[in-house]
Amino acid sequence: MTLTLSHFSAALIFALFASIVFGITQRNTAREMLRYGAYCFVLFVGGVFAGGWLMWLLRH
Amino acid sequence: MAEATVNAKETKEKAEAPPYQGPRQSTAMIAAAVAVAWLVPGGGHFLMKRWGRGALLLVSVAAMFVLGVLMQGKVYHANTGDLLDMLGFVGDLGAGGLYFASRLMDIGRGAIELATADYGTKYIIVSGLLNVMCIVDAYHIAIGKKP
Repeated sequence: MTLTLSHFSAALIFALFASIVFGITQRNTAREMLRYGAYCFVLFVGGVFAGGWLMWLLRH
Repeated sequence: MAEATVNAKETKEKAEAPPYQGPRQSTAMIAAAVAVAWLVPGGGHFLMKRWGRGALLLVSVAAMFVLGVLMQGKVYHANTGDLLDMLGFVGDLGAGGLYFASRLMDIGRGAIELATADYGTKYIIVSGLLNVMCIVDAYHIAIGKKP
């Protein structure tokens, strides 16, 4: 069985799981974990978009 | 203005608050938590009765590893070749039980003809590195540094 993901979906799944682990391991309370996890997820996904636009600008 | 003052006061109180100090487990329990956390992602948290956190960590780390393998990612073997290959092995080894299981089942050979296989390789390495973070977290819980 082979799984084929697009670059974007692979980045989203990566961001989701990494953010969960970051949130749980880097903060002490449930509320802080949730907030930090969401913050990391937004940064990951924002980084994907920023990187994408940067590459588009370099290409053009 | 008043809100900013309240926020500044909260920040100051937070900075002055002493670090959390909970009960410290026995040395054997600390060692067991670290070992179990390495072999089973989230296992150290289960041992410390942090069921919810352990389950989330297990799902996250295991899912990344399995997705990486399904994407035909490469599981590195112990090697003394290229530096990046050695680092890849160190990263993979962090996944503990998942790594040994994949070696026993002889999966994760890598498929260079697939573009997504490289993503898979990175997924597998990162799942190992995330598991290292879980191990450190389980250790901190065991020594009472984290609730």
